Amino acid sequence: MAPLTEMMMAGLVAAEDSHGGAIAFPILTMLVLVPIVGAVAVAISSKRRPEIAKLIALMTSVGVGAMSIWLLSSFEMGEAGFQFSSQHTWIEQWGISYHVGVDGISLFLVVLTGVLFPLAIVGIDPHHDEKPYLAWLLMLEAGVMGSFLSLDLFLFFIFFEIVLVPMYFLIGGWGYENRVYAATKFFLYTMFGSAFMLVGLIATAMLAREDLGRLTFDLVEIAEGANFAASTGRWLFFAFAIAFAVKVPIFPLHTWLPDAHTQAPTAGSVVLAGVMLKLGTYGFLRFGLYLFPEAAVWSRSLWLTLAVIGIIYGAIAATMQKDLKRLVAYSSVAHLGFIILGTFAFTSQAISGSVLQMVNHGVSTGALFLLVGMIYERRKTRQISELGGIQKVAPIFAAGFMIVMLSSIGVPGLNGFIGEYLILLGSFQTARWWTVVATAGVILAALYLLWAYQRVFHGEPDEDNAKFPELRVKEGLVLLPFIAAIVFTGVYPKPLLDRIEPSVDALVEHVVENSDFEHPDYGSQCGNFEADHEGEAAESHSDEPAEHDPADTNCAADKNGAHHDDDDEGEETGE
Amino acid sequence: MIADLVSQISTHEAPAQALLAQTFVGPEVNWFALSPMLTLLAGALGMMLVGSLTSTWPKGLYALVASVTAGTAGALAMVQWDDITDNGPTTLVGGAIAFDTLAMFLTITICIGVLLVSMLTDSFLRGTPNEGPEIYALYLVAAIGGIVMASANDLIVLFLGLETLSLALYVLAASNRRSLASAESGIKYFVLGGFASAFFLYGIALLYGAAGTTNITEMVTTFQSEVDLNNPNALALAGLALLIVGLGFKVAAAPFHVWTPDVYQGAPSPVTAFMASVGKAAAFAAMLRVLVTALPFFRDDWRPVIWVLAVLSLLVGSFLAVVQTDVKRMLAYSSVTHAGFLLVGVEAAGHTAGELDPGDGMSSVALYLMLYSVLVIGMIGVVTIVSRAAGNRDGDSSLDSFKGLAKRRPALALGFTVLLLAGAGVPVTSGFIAKFGVIQAAVEVESYALAVIAMVAAVVAAFMYLRIMVNMWLAPPEEGAIEADIAGTGILINLSSGLAIAASVVFTLFVGVFPSWLIDAAETVNVIAR
Repeated sequence: MAPLTEMMMAGLVAAEDSHGGAIAFPILTMLVLVPIVGAVAVAISSKRRPEIAKLIALMTSVGVGAMSIWLLSSFEMGEAGFQFSSQHTWIEQWGISYHVGVDGISLFLVVLTGVLFPLAIVGIDPHHDEKPYLAWLLMLEAGVMGSFLSLDLFLFFIFFEIVLVPMYFLIGGWGYENRVYAATKFFLYTMFGSAFMLVGLIATAMLAREDLGRLTFDLVEIAEGANFAASTGRWLFFAFAIAFAVKVPIFPLHTWLPDAHTQAPTAGSVVLAGVMLKLGTYGFLRFGLYLFPEAAVWSRSLWLTLAVIGIIYGAIAATMQKDLKRLVAYSSVAHLGFIILGTFAFTSQAISGSVLQMVNHGVSTGALFLLVGMIYERRKTRQISELGGIQKVAPIFAAGFMIVMLSSIGVPGLNGFIGEYLILLGSFQTARWWTVVATAGVILAALYLLWAYQRVFHGEPDEDNAKFPELRVKEGLVLLPFIAAIVFTGVYPKPLLDRIEPSVDALVEHVVENSDFEHPDYGSQCGNFEADHEGEAAESHSDEPAEHDPADTNCAADKNGAHHDDDDEGEETGE
Repeated sequence: MIADLVSQISTHEAPAQALLAQTFVGPEVNWFALSPMLTLLAGALGMMLVGSLTSTWPKGLYALVASVTAGTAGALAMVQWDDITDNGPTTLVGGAIAFDTLAMFLTITICIGVLLVSMLTDSFLRGTPNEGPEIYALYLVAAIGGIVMASANDLIVLFLGLETLSLALYVLAASNRRSLASAESGIKYFVLGGFASAFFLYGIALLYGAAGTTNITEMVTTFQSEVDLNNPNALALAGLALLIVGLGFKVAAAPFHVWTPDVYQGAPSPVTAFMASVGKAAAFAAMLRVLVTALPFFRDDWRPVIWVLAVLSLLVGSFLAVVQTDVKRMLAYSSVTHAGFLLVGVEAAGHTAGELDPGDGMSSVALYLMLYSVLVIGMIGVVTIVSRAAGNRDGDSSLDSFKGLAKRRPALALGFTVLLLAGAGVPVTSGFIAKFGVIQAAVEVESYALAVIAMVAAVVAAFMYLRIMVNMWLAPPEEGAIEADIAGTGILINLSSGLAIAASVVFTLFVGVFPSWLIDAAETVNVIAR
């Protein structure tokens, strides 16, 4: 037995080594590469046996999901910088390298992507041409993963742009009645934004060459080393911002979203809402704020205003919708408005809230689209007026819908609350009046979602709705992870925030250092708060820090304290 | 040029031979350096001679001989390439021909074009009265013309190349004798092309008046030593304007593009592919020679003109492409858009023309030409196959004939999709690398407005490519089409066209992922023989 134990020990040690080293196994590259390989395997699998294609797709996506979970578990907490980085020269003449890495801002988006795809593949039946459908889905997964992991402007652009192709085919090939129009609109809108970004990113690299001494597209190198003149930086920032604003989408550029969402097949909507919209908000954080802090601060009123318009407009438009899927689509406009609000508040809390809310929105809206898809499967309609009384015949289905809907409204105890609360709390300190208006959006969200719920689920079912089948076991199993994530994050968000915070703090610090942004209460959390400094911000805050240790002089410790506070509240309401 | 020859004689020949100056002594010729052209010439003459003396050759042999000739010429050009990179660029035949990497890069591009187009032509001509050595010989001759244009160091030589290429193209465009559209296309191209050639030649004459020479090297020296900034040289400027008109026609830049849709649509499909690849490459090479190499001194005069031409081409090409209903016309307009992109690169080169560090403009244009040539041959190759099946031999290349192609021939549809995405400039394809290079060159010289206009035009053009894709993937095939395919009367992909398209697709994707080696090669073209 002794040698065996020894061998096991040796094995463990070896495993630990690779664990600690993390360079040994290029996990991030695998996250991108495995879906591509899977897609190719699906594409060349036999046409006569579709179950093999399904099996390959499932195994691939589950494998990627498992890898993303492993990434989560071995992610160093408390580290602000990029982890698991790997960098290889790609196109030397143009200073382009394959550079990937993950930090607190991208970590949960990667995990969300990894988990959402297998659920979409298992839970949703495309009805026809399963093989290309699965291949496109896997290609999409690779593209989204790559976008979240890239740390090179060129590489990011490639992934950012390439996701259009699978999504175009998914909407166009498996969508509903108006699919070709919606798919084309989606493709052209996004490509229009990218057109500016491409010019912007080349200009960024070219202009940074003077400061860096060589041509490079490396994000970190440019962000840390380059020093753009204010006017130059603003132009460049806007070139990037247009692309992201279309993708988010921010208010006047949002018109592609309701069409794309409504016409996309269920899996397309789930992925679109779940992860693809986050490419825009993530882009703002990773590339907008990080590369051009001065310009971001300079133009913040614009973005805050558009965000607030989006919140209110999205909510009002959602209220008016007759189509359930379109309603959920417009609710996305409102929710993403909150994320943008938090992003341009430039406080650690607000941005942490934004990052968390990106994940939350992915989970809740993804689940909502899944449920709307199930309703469509059963009733072949999405018109709210044709539905009604479903709660009577399918109480479990209604309960599931209820939880997801409440999470989307932002009811305390569920995940949506944590994100929105943090955003509003953080934004109030630096963007007070915008936040005041935005808070109204929370009430409107309750209005349109509860009203929709009432019309669809309450009352007496008519003849058609009386035959509404109850939630099946398989559907329940697909829904379960969503609900688990909703409740877990709502009750105990600390593990998430602990990983998000350090990177966000570093980003906020970077913005403050490199711009003339005056943080009205940058010191307030550390106890040296001055009464005459932004009085109302103090009020909003004063009843909170009072509860925990006032002797805390360490800023970071205090922040953790503040979050414990949030946790407590979550738990209280959750019980 | 004559003066140049005389000086050549007096400097290079021994003094004892100076007595013989009265008799004509040709310049020293480095025959091996000219081997790509000579190979093509031998191939063309050989095919004509042997072909006329023998009965019909076995299936596919004509195309094979043409392909092998082009391949050999391309391989020889690669050998020359090494010589140039080792010993530096020089001129040949008494300064008439430039022996530099720009010439060789485009020679290779043109040879690849001839090779792929010959493969496409094989099945197209099978069983028609045109089956024979003539078409292939014309390809080879046109290729020589193109190579001469790309490597001319003398405007008269450049004109010779231009005429050799154009005459061959006129005949090729009209070569489908049974088709009215083909005849129309040939006539249109001939009349307008002749007109453009006249402009071009008159431009050369005026420049000769201004500089006293047609040799590019001497022209540069003359303008450098005799320029008078306060008194602009009207003769030279007029000549420049006429040259731009002639070149604008040849590259199909708006507003000189109006012949393109009709000629592209009417000409036999493989010839269209030839015009779009070899024709365009040669014309842009000539433009680089004339504007960037010969007239850098007037760069501030011609650059705004190129700017306007680029913007017009981008907008006209992309917007008019969208409203077409015929795929060949769509590709014709999209070739105008691509010309616009190439002009963006030329404009970028115009900012630094004649300087010691010439920037990335020239190399981005050269790279774009190679990538686009391969791409467009693949695209038109697919159109050739589909249109032949849909209608008669003239081909019905309407958008409707592509309906349900994904259901009928999935592999062909997938390949075409890759090529269309590359045309739209989607990443991981060569089309993206090409666009990136050009835009980068423009941004480097701070031509931001032009770069943005180009990218927005690319979005509009993308809509056109999407329309074709929608028809292929999302529209159902016509009734009975799939049965016809199975029965062998529908879309037929024969080996050589299939190979040509596959090669184009593989190249498109490979360069999209690993572009380094090609960028490396393209960057050397900045060093020009003087």
